[in-house]
Amino acid sequence: MRLHEYQAKQIFSRHGIKTAKGEIAVSVDEVESIARKLGGKVVLKSQILVGGRGKAGGIMKAFSVEEAVEKAKELFGKIIKGHVVEKIYVEELVQIEREMYAGLTVDRAGKGVTAILSSVGGMDIEEIAVKHPEKIAKVTINPKWGLWDYQIRQLLINSQMPKDYWKEVNAILRTLYSILMHYEAELVEINPLVATPEGLIAADARLNIDDSALFRHRELETFRDYTEADQTERIAMEKGLNYVKLDGTIGVLANGAGMAMSTMDLIYLQGGKPANFLDIGGGASAEVVREAMNLILMDKNVKTVFINIFGGITRCDDVARGLIQALAEISVPIVVRLAGTNEEEGRRIMEEFAREKENVHIVETMEEGAKKAVELGR
Amino acid sequence: MAIIVNENTRAIVQGITGYQGKFHAERMMKYGTKIVAGVTPGKGGSEVLGVKVYDSVREAVENTGANASVIFVPAAFAADAVMEAADSGIEVIVCITEGIPVHDELKMYWRVKEAGSVLIGPNCPGIISPGKSHLGIMPTQIFKPGSVGIVSRSGTLTYQIAYNLSKLGIGQSTVVGIGGDRIIGTDFVEILSMFEEDAETEAVVLVGEIGGRDEEVAAEFIREEMSKPVVGYIAGLTAPPGKRMGHAGAIIEGGVGTAESKIRALEKAGVEVGKTPMEVAELVAKLFRK
Repeated sequence: MRLHEYQAKQIFSRHGIKTAKGEIAVSVDEVESIARKLGGKVVLKSQILVGGRGKAGGIMKAFSVEEAVEKAKELFGKIIKGHVVEKIYVEELVQIEREMYAGLTVDRAGKGVTAILSSVGGMDIEEIAVKHPEKIAKVTINPKWGLWDYQIRQLLINSQMPKDYWKEVNAILRTLYSILMHYEAELVEINPLVATPEGLIAADARLNIDDSALFRHRELETFRDYTEADQTERIAMEKGLNYVKLDGTIGVLANGAGMAMSTMDLIYLQGGKPANFLDIGGGASAEVVREAMNLILMDKNVKTVFINIFGGITRCDDVARGLIQALAEISVPIVVRLAGTNEEEGRRIMEEFAREKENVHIVETMEEGAKKAVELGR
Repeated sequence: MAIIVNENTRAIVQGITGYQGKFHAERMMKYGTKIVAGVTPGKGGSEVLGVKVYDSVREAVENTGANASVIFVPAAFAADAVMEAADSGIEVIVCITEGIPVHDELKMYWRVKEAGSVLIGPNCPGIISPGKSHLGIMPTQIFKPGSVGIVSRSGTLTYQIAYNLSKLGIGQSTVVGIGGDRIIGTDFVEILSMFEEDAETEAVVLVGEIGGRDEEVAAEFIREEMSKPVVGYIAGLTAPPGKRMGHAGAIIEGGVGTAESKIRALEKAGVEVGKTPMEVAELVAKLFRK
């Protein structure tokens, strides 16, 4: 779960990291009154869960209350990188002397937590790495031992951080590490971390919590924001199905994530384009298949559906009986491939069904199925 | 021979009284795996499927001499189960559970390493040495004893490829599903090096997917250390960046983890990479025809 900037800042400042004064607004009137309270000179920051807001026009400066109102009118409802602006964080404009970067992330290769510090900031960390490789430093922390001062010193030295900031950066990195560990986050980031006459301030804040750990952090549930997620992906999430929206025309339904990805790739190899990715997981009951089909067909671009099942624990005959119910009233072309446990019986049931349903096509292999689905989708 | 498990493996099932634990314990027993006990805290003293249930792994090990464990414990408690197994001297820990918090996984990883045990998974289908032993949830009937090792990040794709191989008459020495999470107990390189040492394995299939750099690291290892032929497959060529494709670890982030980069690395290391699961089996068949 990715938190909004204003939510992450609440947590950061609660733990002692300085942020500029600010409040969240959902209407132009609210923006006006917050801007007035902050003295007129403010930044309006659209709260959308996507990176690169600034460049895309999602962050605007205003130098008076009137200007703030004007900019707010422009910003509310604006679509930025596919996300609608519904909330604006109104923040006091601060005097920036320097921009830096500080972040920590779970590191799969190092089996630990990697801390990244840069004496320049304000752009993507990938971009910093390309443009200023000498000003970026990394260190991997073994969670067993935790973060030590020498590791922070190593970061400060290797990132060419001016000594004036050492003490404050040290404190900030320690705080970020404890936030990451406490909330079981995948990522905590301050970019830019800005030097102002009042000290170092988190001008932006990012906090991504591990969804699997949310059961231990119920207090964060109120931060969950569904408004932006793709509607279908949200329904799928609620039903426990794994759905990803893509931009082609062939619906993909498979059991297992690897199988679903492989099916997508095969369709692409045959010159088609998948419309979505749907992994129905292990026990493919009739009910689950029906729900999955409904989700797939919610996408009006879907011209044909490829159902690719490899029965393991799941038995093909059970799946076939489920499919028959699920597909009874569906008229788009459907390609079905059933392999694995009880394959013969499963296919026999499907074939009998397909004799009466002209839109249902049975194939033997997944390669053949992808080809057929692409043909039918033309 | 085979790697990690064999006919002498004596396994316990943690979570044996649960629905999944019991169901799969029975299937493993039917396959011939020596399941010597179960563990469910609070249910000690009872009996399931003809084996004794203990309250703790330590008791189970002391009473049965078990050296392996298969874990079917819900995500919230799975890390605790892995820690307990490592702490009780279990040598091979197979964790099937999906959705374990990543910070728990980090701790599990280091605890298991420290204990010198082998952790397979989590979020994996387990391991099988066809005809000898199976610890996990795989559809055992599609495997066939033979000399091809398979190591894979994806469950169903493993089945698909093993199935294709078996259909072409090619059996497997050991098949290891290492799991689709970001932090896993045993990675490609560790399994590849075991296959390289294993007298029964003549060739290896590596099944990877988008996310991370494990396949690139494996490619490097293959190029420098492996004498046995490796055939590869990478799923997710068409996966869009920034989206998690089912597995927690299957995501392209910051331009890292694309299928193209993995395929390129493998090919550079002399690995033939199949475009489809069927092509993978055919490439392996070609090796054996030579």
